[in-house]
Formats: sequence, structure tokens, C-alpha cells
Amino acid sequence: MSIRTITFDAVIVGGGGAGMRASLQLAQSGFKTALISKVFPTRSHTVSAQGGITCAIASADPNDDWRWHMYDTVKGSDYIGDQDAIEYMCSVGPEAVFELDHMGLPFSRTEEGRIYQRPFGGQSKNFGEGGQAARTCAAADRTGHALLHALYQQNLKHNTQFYNEWLATDLVKNARGQVCGVIAMCIETGEVVFFKSKATVFATGGAGRIYASTTNALINTGDGVGMALRAGVPVQDIEMWQFHPTGIAGAGVLVTEGCRGEGGYLINKDGERFMERYAPNAKDLAGRDVVARSMMMEILDGRGCGPNGDHVYLKLDHLGEEVLHSRLPGICELSKTFAHADPVKEPVPVVPTCHYMMGGIPSNIHGQALRLSGGHEGDDQIIDGLFAVGEVACVSVHGANRLGGNSLLDLVVFGRAAGLFIEDGLRQGMEQAEPSRDDIEQAMSRYRRWDESKKGESVTSLRKALQQTMQNHFGVFRKGDLMAEGVSMLADLRGRIAEGHLDDKSKAFNTARVEALELDNLLEVAQATAIAAEGRKESRGAHSRYDFPDRDDENWLCHSIFDPATLKLGKRAVNFSPKTVDTFQPKVRTY
Amino acid sequence: MKVSIYRYNPETDREPYMQEYEVDTQGKDLMVLDVLALVKEQDPTLAYRRSCREGVCGSDGMNMNGKNGLACVTALSIVAPGVLEGKKALVIRPLPGLPVIRDLVVDMTMFYNQYEKVQPYLINDTPAPAIERLQSPEEREKLDGLYECILCACCSTSCPSFWWNPEKFLGPAALLQGYRFLADSRDTARDDRLSRLDDPFSLFRCRGIMNCVSVCPKGLNPTRAIGHIRDMLLERAI
Ligand SMILES: Cc1cc2nc3c(=O)[nH]c(=O)nc-3n(C[C@H](O)[C@H](O)[C@H](O)COP(=O)(O)OP(=O)(O)OC[C@H]3O[C@@H](n4cnc5c(N)ncnc54)[C@H](O)[C@@H]3O)c2cc1C
Ligand code: SF4
Ligand code: SF4
Ligand code: FES
Repeated sequence: MSIRTITFDAVIVGGGGAGMRASLQLAQSGFKTALISKVFPTRSHTVSAQGGITCAIASADPNDDWRWHMYDTVKGSDYIGDQDAIEYMCSVGPEAVFELDHMGLPFSRTEEGRIYQRPFGGQSKNFGEGGQAARTCAAADRTGHALLHALYQQNLKHNTQFYNEWLATDLVKNARGQVCGVIAMCIETGEVVFFKSKATVFATGGAGRIYASTTNALINTGDGVGMALRAGVPVQDIEMWQFHPTGIAGAGVLVTEGCRGEGGYLINKDGERFMERYAPNAKDLAGRDVVARSMMMEILDGRGCGPNGDHVYLKLDHLGEEVLHSRLPGICELSKTFAHADPVKEPVPVVPTCHYMMGGIPSNIHGQALRLSGGHEGDDQIIDGLFAVGEVACVSVHGANRLGGNSLLDLVVFGRAAGLFIEDGLRQGMEQAEPSRDDIEQAMSRYRRWDESKKGESVTSLRKALQQTMQNHFGVFRKGDLMAEGVSMLADLRGRIAEGHLDDKSKAFNTARVEALELDNLLEVAQATAIAAEGRKESRGAHSRYDFPDRDDENWLCHSIFDPATLKLGKRAVNFSPKTVDTFQPKVRTY
Repeated sequence: MKVSIYRYNPETDREPYMQEYEVDTQGKDLMVLDVLALVKEQDPTLAYRRSCREGVCGSDGMNMNGKNGLACVTALSIVAPGVLEGKKALVIRPLPGLPVIRDLVVDMTMFYNQYEKVQPYLINDTPAPAIERLQSPEEREKLDGLYECILCACCSTSCPSFWWNPEKFLGPAALLQGYRFLADSRDTARDDRLSRLDDPFSLFRCRGIMNCVSVCPKGLNPTRAIGHIRDMLLERAI
């Protein structure tokens, strides 16, 4: 079977904030660009982002300084965020945020008519010396929705070519290791097409669905990471998963950190504001990893709330109805729907919930994907033709723990940067890497495998087994023996999934086929996570081990690199050389 | 509990039909989307869209026991009281008035086309300042109740005027977004926007039936927005 080929200068896979910021740049440049998304763009996960986008635009505080934001981000990352990338993000951030306003994003406003900013966790003034900052630009508690719609609207204005409800299945790369494009399936008709392009940009978002309980949308199955790993591209710091302190207990649905930014706080079953014990200065606005661990300690020590003592409460009623309805309207809605609790009257039951993938495809500030010369070790090498931006990328601005509001900034700053870089490259005559017929066949093999499956376990049962394994073995607190067991369970699952069965072979809008193809990706992300988590023998940021409770700067002040070819975990140096400021030296991290 | 679902696969079915399922929710008052997931475990061939599962992405607009809504935020007890006690069935159909691709998945092209017609993006040809364009809290407040639309199509597919004239009448969702930009103090294309709406069909086919308001899962009020545009057009005519 030979398949249809469509040729572009650039193909962007993903219509979330990162993908649409990149496509907007390229659409404006006039190069032939396509954006492929497995859902209509405004249904991407960015739409769920609530609290805001963190950036030193000096509205709440006219003296605010992007260097302070940089300091907070480096500290938040537990010192394995790359300082050149963080410097770039924090310094060009204001420009990128003002552009969003010019695009029409309906930010909330201050009396002066400027963008409203609220306090978020881990924020400080004057390099940690000046107290809590308010740096998160917000459109009520619907910032992601406002941002995503504004970007979609601008893409309409500039005639971006959308392939909506197309599922990218695998990368096409040639014998020289260059990326030539991507195979994608039109979900509506089932047609499979080769999108050939000079630049392939992954903006496929996160993979929270590897866990049984997550704040992430059902579509967050880590397809970009899966496709990369299958093509031999490594992933970096993939053990670093953020557990958000305030997922609604039982439902997994998030309530924003902005709730605590606006003055809400956590209490245990005795009504005690326990964060005062764990983080005397920042209290409820300490780093997310710190707050999530403190909550788990309360629960494990028997001070949890509810009949099973398995969650704590987020208290908001003291803020008053007016503040709640004007600043946190979406939260009131979600809480009533999913927790049956009206925050105006009663506290919201919350528990740390898998939220964000700090790791991903290693990339530089232009979005270019990287590999190491020796697989899991050696020098950085640029992978021709492949780019990664947004949550799927690890550039790395988040290191071992992301600060709230920094992801949306990451999307627009690096989406834009990649767009600009590719535009420039195309102008200078970037070349199309050519695949052979075999290369394309190779990329089709997984699609074929499911299509030809005759019997085996169902996708649903395999997916459940995978999610439960991750939940039980790689949660907030981790332990060597438990993780080793998890690693071998996943190896076993790999065998079972390879024999999995897709019963429905129809073409038109076959969501069973989509779910089968997604399952392979969940497995890739889960296995990489498991091996990296077991391999990093220290506790840092979101990665917290009973058997190695301390941060070990001597051995682990570095990125981890997982090489899919050998399943080996190696190390890669962190960048400590910002261009315009002095290096922020690692310190003990307290809040 | 009993669930009855509209089924249609263009490759195998000449006609759509309703299929009955028996689902065990263990007595829990689940959301309709959770029930669909349970059905899909029994029968993976069932097709429907979903993404955020929290009412913000607009993927899973469908018709449940006669009313349009989002499956993920619609509890059984609300949409079909008595269904858990076996007194009636949960009946799920695709959004009415749009072509069905498969099962509960409709072709939204017409809906999106109407949206695009209102130029749903900020237009301002004056040079952008080095910071944001200033906007007072009062000016910004005018956008509340407008910008929150999630393009789920629950409203337009419950609007009789849209059923009869889906090509010419823009429908409540598109008109709400049309007004969202007319109401934005940062936008400078007001006159051009109004001219585009000033014909017998685009807007004036709205008969004020208010179906759109009663189904909007985000509590938005397209009828009111349409009224505002109407006033602006009249004012301009004088
Ligand atoms: C509930 C919640 C609230 C959050 N709130 C905030 C916040 O307030 N501030 C903040 O900074 N961050 C927040 N975050 C994090 C932030 O929203 C995400 O990290 C970010 O939106 C990811 O954007 P993205 O563009 O990388 O990917 P996404 O928005 O996830 O988009 C991924 C895109 O890729 C497409 N795609 C994926 N796989 C394929 C495939 N195989 N083929 C074709 N297309 C594909 C999808 O269709 C989609 O368009 C929040 C996260 C959650 C879960
Ligand atoms: S009020 Fe107008 S737009 Fe709304 S349902 Fe009625 S006719 Fe349609
Ligand atoms: S106005 Fe309401 S019902 Fe209509 S598309 Fe928007 S959110 Fe959906
Ligand atoms: S799944 Fe997103 S609105 Fe229901």
C-alpha cells in the first residue's frame, strides 16, 4: 500500500498554546505551513489552564524585574532548570504577553487599565528577599481558555491551514537520522497520509493520562513523547512529574493555585492551617512539590479529612462571595459540579494529583530537538528536521519542579521562538530530508500492527493496568524496591500491549483505533518515567524518595537522559551560564 | 440502568437506529460522559468526542433526554431523574440539525463556518503600544458573559431559526462572538462589523425563542447579545 504524500515547508503537530503560537508566526511569514491536531484546536488541553501566565510585566508592582522571576524559576526548578533558557523566557516574556493582549486576550484589569496580576506559589521580590510577589497575569480563572481562543482567532485571521481531527501516528526518519515528516490519520475518514516537511514541530502537550488520577484531559496521552521514543529520540528528566496540591478529591479535576494566591488556605481535619508548620514564610504559596508533600504527610499521619481521611480541605469561604465570583468564577462552578461543595459556604476536598510533565524531548531555545552522540551519554547533537515546544519539550525551564503560571509563558515564548527560527531557516534555504519507501513503511508498521490484530487483550483493560501501575509505584513518594517492581510490571505490559487487540477495524471516526494508537504512547512515556525515576538516586523537586531522601548535588545536579534504544539512563549537564546576569548558585531550597 | 443510544456507522448502516445498553453505575449519580465510558467498555465501536471532561473544551455537546448539553458536566439525576431507580432510560442522541458522521459525532463545519463569518478576532489597525492596550475594569466587564463561549454548539443546534437557515442565519453562538468583539474597547472595526450583519438573515432571523439561553452550559445569554447588536444597528440607522 502506498500512501498519499502532502508536502509543506513546516508541519506543526499540536493545536494547543505552543503549537498555535508557532503556527501563527509561520502563517504570518507566508511559508507553506500545516497544523495537525487530533482535536479541534480550542479543545486542546491549554483550554483548561486556569490561574494565569506568570511574567514580570510590572503591573501589580511597577518595580518588578524579570531577573526576580528568573531567580524564582531557577530556585523552583531545584537548580536543574537551564539558566540560559530561563533567562530567555523571563526576559522576552513581557513582549510575548503584551502581544497576547494585542491579539485580544481578555485579561482581567487593574484600576489603571493594566493587566491584573495575582500572587502564585514560589514567587518573590528582590531575589527572595522582598516577600511575596504578584506576578501571574490572569483572565479571571479562565486564562488558558482566553489564551487558546485568542490564538485560534489570530490563526484564523492569518489563514493558517488546519488539519483538525487528524492523529499523527509516527515520525518518518531516514537512514541518516533526519526527520522527514510525520504520518497522520484523518479521524473522520480513516485516510492515512504522509505529511512531508522540512521542519516537523511537536507541540503535543503532556501525558498525565499515564496515571489513574490526573488533572489532565483525556487526550493527554503523550503522543509526541511516544513518537519521539519510537524514532530513537531520547527524553530528558522524564521522572519529574508534578503533583498539583489541589486536585478535587475523587474527581481529579483541578482547582487553581490562584485560590491560594487570592487568600485561600489548606486545613487538616483539626482545622489547622498546617502549611504554617512546613513552610513558615511562604506557607500555602510554597513550591508545589513542597505543598503536595506536606499534604501527603498530613494524610499519612492520620490528619486527613473525610471518612477515609484521604484528603485535606481548601478553605475559601472567608474570601467572601464577591471575590469568589469575580476572581474565581470557574472554580465555584467546578467545585459545585465535581465536589458538590459551594466554596462560598464550605471548603473544597483536595488531594495532590498528577498534573504536569516537567521532562520531555530535550531541546534548545530555538525548539530544535537534541540527542546525545553516544545515546545516553556524550555531546549534544541537533536532530535535523525535528522541533519540540510546550509541555512535550524539555528546554528546560522547569527543571525538577515547575512554578505555577510558567507553563503558559513557556508555550508562547518558545512557540514564538521556534516559529521565528524556522522562518529564518526556511529563508536561508533549509532543505527537505528525503525518506526511502522503507522509511515510510517503517513508520506505518505500528498502524498496521493494530489493523491486523486478530485477538488479544482489550485496549481498555491494558490501559487501566498501566495507569494503576504508575499510580501505585511512581506517586508523590517513591521507593527503590517499589519502583523496581513497577519497572518490571511495565516491561511485562509492553509484551501484552504488543499483542493487544483492536476489534473494530472500521475507518470512519473510529475512536477505538485512536485509543489503541494512544495506548502505545502511554506505554512509552510510562516506561521512560519508571526507568528514569528508579535511576535518579536522590530526592529533588518533584522526585522524592524514601530511600534517598536528600538532594545529591555531587552526583545529580544534572539532567537525566533516557535512551530508548538501550533503555539506559545517562546524564546531561545543566546550563549554568546565562548571558546577561550572574549564575544563580544552588542553595538549600526553603520556603 | 438502561441507556438508549443513537447509532450510525456510515460504512455498515443504511439507517441510524437506537441501541439499548444495560450499565451498572453501582448506584452512583455519574456524569453522562462516565456512563458513555462504561458503555464503550462493553462496546468499543461507540463513537463520541471528549477531551477535558470538565466542561471547558466544548467537545461533548449532545442531546440527552431531549435537551442539549455537555455530557461531562451533566449528572444523571439532573438530566434523567429516576434513571438510577430504573424508572426510565437515559436517551442520548447527537446534537440535532447537523449531519451525523458516526454515532454521536456530528459534522460541525456549518457551525464553524458561521463563527468565522463574524470575523472572530480583534481588529485594531493602530500601532500597538509597547505595553498592553489599556482597558478599564468597567470596559473589561463588558466582555464577561461573552468571551467564555466554548464553541460547543449546544445553543445553535437547539435554535429553530438555525435549523431552517443554517447557511444564512449565523446562529446564537456566532452572534454572541460577533458581539464579543463589538463590545471590546480595544477593537476598531465596529462599523465594518455592523455592516456585515445588516441584512435580513444574518441576525434578524432570530425570533427570540430563547432556546439558546436555556441550554448554554456556560450560562451565557446569546439572546441578550443579539438584542444589543440589534440596538447598535438601529442606532446606526438613525
Ligand atoms: C487543569 C490544568 C490547569 C492548568 N493551569 C495552568 C495555569 O494556570 N498556568 C500555567 O502556566 N499552566 C497551567 N497548566 C499547564 C498548562 O495548561 C499546560 O502545560 C499547557 O497548556 C500545555 O500546552 P501545549 O500547547 O504544550 O499542549 P496542549 O494544550 O496539551 O495541546 C496539545 C495539542 O497537541 C495535539 N496532539 C496531541 N497528540 C497528537 C497527535 N498524536 N496527533 C495530532 N495532534 C496531537 C492536541 O490535539 C492538542 O492540540 C494547567 C494544566 C492543567 C492540567
Ligand atoms: S433566541 Fe434567537 S438565537 Fe436564540 S434560540 Fe431563539 S431564535 Fe435562536
Ligand atoms: S454560547 Fe454557550 S451553548 Fe453556545 S456555543 Fe457558546 S458555550 Fe456553547
Ligand atoms: S469533555 Fe470538554 S466539555 Fe465535556
